[in-house]
Amino acid sequence: MSTGDKILGVLLASVAVSGAAFAQTMPVKYGFGSPVTEQELSKYFSIPVDGRGLPSGSGNATAGAKLYAENCAACHGEKLEGNPAKGIGGDKLIGGRGSLATKTPVKTVESYWPYATTLFDYVKRAMPFNSPGTLKDDETYAVVAYILSQAKIIQPTETMDARTLPKVAMPNRDGFEPDPRPELELYR
Amino acid sequence: MKRPAVIYDEKAQRMADAMIAAEARHMARRKAELEDCDCKKGMFATAGVTDRRKFLFAAGSSLAGVAGAASLAQAQDKAPPGAIHFNVPDDPTKEQGRAVNADGGYGSRSQFETEVRWRFPTANENTSWSMTPLDKMLGNLTASGLHFERHHGGIPTIDPAKHSMIVHGMVNTAKRFSMTDIKRFPSVTRKYFIECSGNGLTEWNKPTLKTVQGTHGLLSTSEWTGVQFAIIAREVGLKEGGQWVLAEGADAAVMTRSIPMEKMLKDALIVYGQNGEALRPEQGYPLRLLLPGYEGNTHIKWLRRLEVSDKPFMTREETSKYTDLLANGKARQFSMEMEAKSVITFPSGDMKLPGSGFYNITGLAWTGRGRVQSVDVSVDGGKTWNPAHIDTGPENICTVRFSSPWMWDGKPAVLQSRCTDETGYVQPTLQQLIAIRGSNGPFGSIYHLNAIQSWAVNEAGEVANVHG
Ligand code: HEC
Repeated sequence: MSTGDKILGVLLASVAVSGAAFAQTMPVKYGFGSPVTEQELSKYFSIPVDGRGLPSGSGNATAGAKLYAENCAACHGEKLEGNPAKGIGGDKLIGGRGSLATKTPVKTVESYWPYATTLFDYVKRAMPFNSPGTLKDDETYAVVAYILSQAKIIQPTETMDARTLPKVAMPNRDGFEPDPRPELELYR
Repeated sequence: MKRPAVIYDEKAQRMADAMIAAEARHMARRKAELEDCDCKKGMFATAGVTDRRKFLFAAGSSLAGVAGAASLAQAQDKAPPGAIHFNVPDDPTKEQGRAVNADGGYGSRSQFETEVRWRFPTANENTSWSMTPLDKMLGNLTASGLHFERHHGGIPTIDPAKHSMIVHGMVNTAKRFSMTDIKRFPSVTRKYFIECSGNGLTEWNKPTLKTVQGTHGLLSTSEWTGVQFAIIAREVGLKEGGQWVLAEGADAAVMTRSIPMEKMLKDALIVYGQNGEALRPEQGYPLRLLLPGYEGNTHIKWLRRLEVSDKPFMTREETSKYTDLLANGKARQFSMEMEAKSVITFPSGDMKLPGSGFYNITGLAWTGRGRVQSVDVSVDGGKTWNPAHIDTGPENICTVRFSSPWMWDGKPAVLQSRCTDETGYVQPTLQQLIAIRGSNGPFGSIYHLNAIQSWAVNEAGEVANVHG
């Protein structure tokens, strides 16, 4: 459904006002808004599962361990176990594999997240919580590599970059299904 | 029809002149403020450049007469949030009240009205939520200052003069729309509820919170004003295959959700107005997405970007969070619609009835799938049901206020309400929901609890949250 770029005239309204019909020609497009350049757009990102838009750069778990200790451990724990303390409340990032079908499921990056691209997108976007978006892309790749290797999803030696990250096989990759509601047994 | 000419006597003429002058001063000040900012594109005033304190004291000859800056601050300390404390005269008919407009031109609520939202005590107060005091609410709309909140990175302060919304991705012409641009488009004004899909998440296994504010307070209703996304879509031109739209906020969480294009074109609004004024900061000032009937998290606040795509982005908030993990270990994803639900707000948890006799049971009912068709009320724990009065005209994807007269005989009773929507969907019992989704809450399927709520009244008249 492509709407052409031309400004088209359309007979918008024909309304009777005090007995006399009038018709007004209004534009299909109002022409508001200004063009955006590719350069302006490059400030923004949102990384889908195929990795489109992943920045250049790379990192591995060795570099990531140091960065994690400095930037993340205070809130997510030395061992990525989370920190529920008042004023902190950082999620547990690893563990919980095999727990999803039990009475006490533990949802973490390791046990629950279906895509590694989401981890990169989210850390670049919103972490560290106290200074979001301050890590460089190399640093983000490194911290992501560290979390994934601590979760035993990748080898400690593997390098994460725009090519390798989308290929990471997350344990719960097939754990999601589309919303089947409405639940038909609940109809009158 | 010819109207009779308005005749002013001398006094009325003086008043009219003074009003015109005051308005002119107000307009001049607004114009001066506009000229100070570098965004005065178009013919519409871009709000938000007023420094409120400067404004108060510049305007303030009348205010200064009532309270200086220090005593004003003190007065505010004694009063509940949103109110100012004033001494109560013995007889208000024997002395003059406060001067007109002594509030600086923006009113506050009575110092005797104390209801407030309270915050769910998550460890981190920047990613937390606060609940609307439904038990104290009158009518159908939520006062803007009591609208529930859920933020993942606090409430940002955004200058609307610097704010814009970019629309790009699978479009013919990527565009940036300033607030002025957005307000120039034709607008619509509609009442919709917003409910967080986590509303009631504490209540899956056992009755946990005491009050209806705690169990159901992530629900609020407002009148919203804004532009239909469809108009914006026409402006940028959609490319073939654009099935999803990523919406992004300008807060510290840079919140993102993927929304089906079908929904965006059906009824999505880009809103800047709430209950007759600009959005509250906590509600996304200056711009938010409004997706009628969808779970609250998708109504991206502080909206700054829409990216059209062929696939969803699988953001953190649509994978790690806001997915429904069922007992079998599989999780439902993109469970967007909020289903039919209702709750009795009076009498409700932690209240005490003074004695047997007449009570007007009242509450709210809503559905994300259209209009509320009917509401039934039971006073015997669901054994028998009576149709409730619908006290407000049912509107699309809007709450209704219902009521049901009750003669309490002083014996233990269990009060329930049940909503049926126009699609024929009937609000389920908790047992029905658990039979379908399994019982792994509150860790697993924490979202989308729309079960019938039960309030038990004991012989002493005390009302408690129970599972029916
Ligand atoms: C000041 C505390 C703090 C710091 C430092 C911090 N985080 Fe977080 N993190 C949080 C909080 C709080 C949340 C939950 C945010 C929310 O509720 O939306 C979170 C959430 C996350 C999540 C999502 C977890 C989930 O299961 O959804 C990931 C992943 C994460 N952080 C990674 C990191 C990384 C990597 C770093 C270091 C670069 C970091 N965080 C630094 C507090 C912190």
